[in-house]
Amino acid sequence: MSFLEITNIHHTYFTKTSANTALSDVSIQIEEGEFISFLGPSGCGKTTLLSIIAGLIAPTSGTIFLEKKPVKQSSHKIGYMLQQDYLFPWKTIEENIFLGLKLSNRLNDDTRKYTLELLQKMGLGPVEKLSPKQLSGGMRQRVALVRTLATEPKILMLDEPFSALDYQTKLKLEDLVSTTLKAFGKTAILVTHDIGEAIAMSDKIYLFAANPGRVHKTFIIPEELRNLTPFQARGHEQYTKVFQSIWKELESLEFRE
Amino acid sequence: MNSENNTQLLHQKYIDSLKREKKWVRFYQLLIFLLFFSTWEIASQRNWIDPLLFSSPTKIWGLLIDKIQDGTLIANIGITLTETVFGFILGTFLGTLLAAILWWSPFVSRVLDPYLVILNSMPKVALGPILIVALGPGFSSIIAMGAIISIIITTIVVYTAFKEVDPNYLKVLQTFGATRAQSFKEAVLPASFPTIISTLKVNVGLSWVGVIVGEFLVASKGLGYMIIYGFQVFNFTLVLLSLLVIAVFATIMYQFVDFVERKLIKDK
Repeated sequence: MSFLEITNIHHTYFTKTSANTALSDVSIQIEEGEFISFLGPSGCGKTTLLSIIAGLIAPTSGTIFLEKKPVKQSSHKIGYMLQQDYLFPWKTIEENIFLGLKLSNRLNDDTRKYTLELLQKMGLGPVEKLSPKQLSGGMRQRVALVRTLATEPKILMLDEPFSALDYQTKLKLEDLVSTTLKAFGKTAILVTHDIGEAIAMSDKIYLFAANPGRVHKTFIIPEELRNLTPFQARGHEQYTKVFQSIWKELESLEFRE
Repeated sequence: MNSENNTQLLHQKYIDSLKREKKWVRFYQLLIFLLFFSTWEIASQRNWIDPLLFSSPTKIWGLLIDKIQDGTLIANIGITLTETVFGFILGTFLGTLLAAILWWSPFVSRVLDPYLVILNSMPKVALGPILIVALGPGFSSIIAMGAIISIIITTIVVYTAFKEVDPNYLKVLQTFGATRAQSFKEAVLPASFPTIISTLKVNVGLSWVGVIVGEFLVASKGLGYMIIYGFQVFNFTLVLLSLLVIAVFATIMYQFVDFVERKLIKDK
C-alpha cells in the first residue's frame, strides 16, 4: 500500500436546486517524499479533493488512507496552506506559529525551540514579537509556512499558496518551499492553475478536467528538472518541452468542451 | 538643499493651517454654548419664555449648589450611575453570551430567529411594570431594565459579526484539528472584538434610557426619580437640573467607552 492511497473518490455538492458533481472516480497513489501537483482550470474540483484529503470535508463516497489509516483519524499529520497567509492579526507572530501546537496540547520547551529555529531557517530575523501587519506579503507567507510545519505534519497541502504574491516574491518562495520540503523529506500536494509553477516544483503532475472533476492525465517530470531548484528548472530546456505538452493537453480539453 | 528647506517650510505652513482651523472650530463650539445659556437666561428673566416651565440657568445653578451641599444630588447620581453601569455591562455580556449560543448551534439560531425579531421590535420599557413586580421595586429591577433594553440588539449585532468572520480563519484552525470551542476562542471572538466594543457605545445610551424609565416607575431614588418628583411638585428647575446632570454623565460614560475602544483596537 502507498503512503497516501486515494481510492474511488466521488463528491457531489447538494443545494436546494441542484446537485453538482465536483469529483468523479478519482484514484491516486502518492509515495512518501513525493511532490505532487494538481493542475487544472477552475471548477475542476482540485481544491475540493485537497479538502477531502485533509479531512475537512467528507467525500460522498470513496476512501483515503494515510499510512494505512483513514485520514479522519490522523488530521494532525496533515498540514494545510491557503491562498493567503491568514495569519491571525490579533496574535503576534510567535502566538501564530505556536497555534497548531497549542491546539493539540503539544506546546512545550522542545517544540517551542524547534518552531523558533524553523523561523530562523526561513530567513526571518527577530520577528516573534511583531504583529503580522508589520511584515511584507512574502514574509507573512513564510511565517504561515512555519506555522504549518511547526506541528511536524507528514504531508503538506498547498492550496495555491503563491497566488496572492507578486511575481518576484513568488519565485523566491517557490525555491524556499521546495528546498525546505526536500530537506525535511516531506510529502506535498500543490494545487495550482499555473503550469510553470507545477512543472518547476513537482515530481508528478495530475492534470484535472472539469464537469465532472476527474484526473485527465498524469505527467512525470523528467529527472533533470526534479533535481534543480524551481528557479533553475524554469530556465532548463526540458521545462519548455513539458510546458508545451501540458499546454497541448489543456487546449484539447477546451476543444472537447 | 533649497528644495528641502522649501518642503519643510510648506509642511510647517500646513501644520499651522490645521492648528488654526482647530482653533476656529473650538471657538464656534464655545460660542454656541455661551449663546445658548445666555439667551436662555435673558429670555427667562424678561419673561419671553415661561420661567416656571423653562426655569433659568442661574436658578438651576443655585439649585445645583444646594443639592450638592445637602448631599442628595451626589447620592442620587451615585445610584443612577451604578445602575446604568451594571445594566450596561450585564446587557452587553448576556447579549454576547446569547450570540455565542446562537453561533454554537445553527439549529438553535434558526429556531429562535422569529422570536428574536419579535423581541427586538417590542418596546422593552413596556416590560417595566412586570419586572418591578417580579424583582421588587428597587435596585435589581432597575438594573434589569437597563440590561433588558440592550440584550436583544446586542445579540443580533454580535451574532452577525460572529457569522461574518472570514471562514478561512476557521479553516486554518480546522486543519490543526481545533474543536468548536477552540475555534470560538482563537478566531471568532477576537475577530468580532471591534463589533462588540462598538455595540458597547450604543448600549451605554440604551442603558441610560432603561434606567431612567425604571427610576420613573419605581420612583424612590436616583436622577430619574428627581425628574419625576420635580414634575409632580411642578419644580421644573429640578427637572432641568437632573436632565443636565444626566447629559453630562452620559457623555462622560460614552467618552470613556470610546477611549477603551481606541485603546483595545489600537492596532487595527
